[in-house]
Amino acid sequence: MSPALPPRIEARKLVKRFPGVFAVNEMSFSVGEGEIFGLVGPDGAGKTTVIRLLAGVMPPDSGSATIDGVDVVADPERAKQFLSYMPQRFGLYEDLTVDENIRFYADIFEVAPSIRDQRIGPLLSSFGMAPFQRRLAGQLSGGMKQKLGLICALIHTPRVLLLDEPTTGVDPVSRRDFWKILYSLREQGVTILISTAYLEEAERCTRLALVHQGVMAYCDTPARLRAMMPGKLLNVVSSQARDVQKAIASLPGISGALLMGDRVHVAVDDDGRRIPEIVRVLEEAHIPFEPPVPAEPTMEDLFLALLRERRTSP
Amino acid sequence: MSAVLPEKTDKAGERTEPVLVAEGLVKRFGNFTAVDHVSFRVDKGTIIGFLGPNGAGKSTIIRMLCGLLTPTEGRAFVSGTDVAKDPETVRQHIGYMSQKFSLYGDLTVMENLRFFGGIYRVPRKVLPERIRFAVTMAGLDGRENALVSTLAGGWKQRLALGCAILHRPPVLFLDEPTSGVDPESRRRFWDLIHALSGEGVTIVVSTHYMDEAEYCDLLALINRGQLLALESPTALKKRNLGGTLLSIECADIGKALHLLEGQPGLLDLAAFGNAVHALIDPARTTPEQLFALLSGAHVPVDHIVPIEPSIDDIFVRMVGEARESQEGEPGRRAG
Repeated sequence: MSPALPPRIEARKLVKRFPGVFAVNEMSFSVGEGEIFGLVGPDGAGKTTVIRLLAGVMPPDSGSATIDGVDVVADPERAKQFLSYMPQRFGLYEDLTVDENIRFYADIFEVAPSIRDQRIGPLLSSFGMAPFQRRLAGQLSGGMKQKLGLICALIHTPRVLLLDEPTTGVDPVSRRDFWKILYSLREQGVTILISTAYLEEAERCTRLALVHQGVMAYCDTPARLRAMMPGKLLNVVSSQARDVQKAIASLPGISGALLMGDRVHVAVDDDGRRIPEIVRVLEEAHIPFEPPVPAEPTMEDLFLALLRERRTSP
Repeated sequence: MSAVLPEKTDKAGERTEPVLVAEGLVKRFGNFTAVDHVSFRVDKGTIIGFLGPNGAGKSTIIRMLCGLLTPTEGRAFVSGTDVAKDPETVRQHIGYMSQKFSLYGDLTVMENLRFFGGIYRVPRKVLPERIRFAVTMAGLDGRENALVSTLAGGWKQRLALGCAILHRPPVLFLDEPTSGVDPESRRRFWDLIHALSGEGVTIVVSTHYMDEAEYCDLLALINRGQLLALESPTALKKRNLGGTLLSIECADIGKALHLLEGQPGLLDLAAFGNAVHALIDPARTTPEQLFALLSGAHVPVDHIVPIEPSIDDIFVRMVGEARESQEGEPGRRAG
């Protein structure tokens, strides 16, 4: 995030309309070296469209995008030398082996044969894929397919990596491995832009943008976004969590009481004032409960609170 | 976890019949054991989440419970019906909602509901009233004639739920039900699920995401066909991670990772934006030592605080342990 370095990715007032909707509505942002920049938002928010505009596979209606200073619309061929784009459905050939897929992409990206062999070995071993070199891509698990996709995308050592929901449907163990790889790429100087519909995953990014209805609603580090969270959150654990929720949901100062298994996740304006009130109400109703404890806001809490604020302020 | 759980009683102290029962459930495909002696009992109205890596056996268990696959060994009962002996009855007692919602985009809301009402053989007499309920639950009043393809994700999802419960199944299966929908719709959806559970519907959720796992009453962790744990999210998070989890907030994550890697007493490391999550063995290292190490190497540290592990943390740890004990792998790699 050093401001001295030129941005690796820059979007200026990007606009893309589809019949009847603004898929992307005047989005501007820049991403520097060493960042893992997250686009976070639900399906249909515009994440995929932004990535396609940045990758130069779709032209914007207005605005511009540059990769390493090269305009992706004016000079797509040169921009593509610096970037790799991994779409949601990465085109692996299921009837080719792992090795054959990698070599196929090396051909596409015009990687010289001599360099190619030097790169394939280390990539395969750092992704833990070396033992599966001769396995057909169609026989890999979901997590391994994602890793193979990433190896193919990295074969030409890009400076900018655009990943569209790479971890959708990938289990937690493979996801953790995947993020370790992203952080090691970042160490090697690759700038990463990643989209995800999973808010919990957003915490992994060094900076993130909350995308909502084609607009970038907020953009900052996870820590600074968290600091913007209004009010406090509490957890009340109870064997009768449902009764707890009913009893406290409409108390003053409580803006949300969410039933989650054996506990109620409560959003309050002022914990010092509301905890004693909650305790009193539950004791009077003879509902068993454990003392309310402060809870860290999840990214979902944050997203909801920020969007609510945005809606109520002009 | 092959021990049978003690019988539970409901609030009034009455013994409750478990709605889902698995006893020593095994499924083999050739030489491959997909499900390996799994036993559990799930009470009426419970929301149970199945978590596990791809290929762990989650879907195989669920398919057996739905009467779509016959167990190789062991038995399973849904509302008292043996899934192997009477799969047809089992299928009439369950509702199923897939991740893709399986609605017909080129049909209207009403047409979809009538279609599913027909498939589930909902008696004609009660169908209009059930459809009315589903429309209201989904918040689609006044939009009965809208094409489903024109609806936003949250509506589609609630409509799919409405379709899945038209025949009032006592057991409902949901496969990553809220993936990709906006947070507000997700919370509305879970409110509906909790309302159904309050009415006594038993709900089985299969998911990879702790966003969803956190809403369940009970979580079943499945790995390599075995049940690793069956407990509430709160209990699961209190499990021993094998060390203390610290969040180390600092500006230069990359350098911090390099410095910490391989240090004695460091069991695992993961980068989280502005922080490194480090699992330490408190007998071998301390937050103070790590602070000194980083500061000494000119990596300024903002905070080091112990944090509660997430369900993901526990999950990855337990799967790792199970793998080590099965394969005798040397210690976990940090990095």
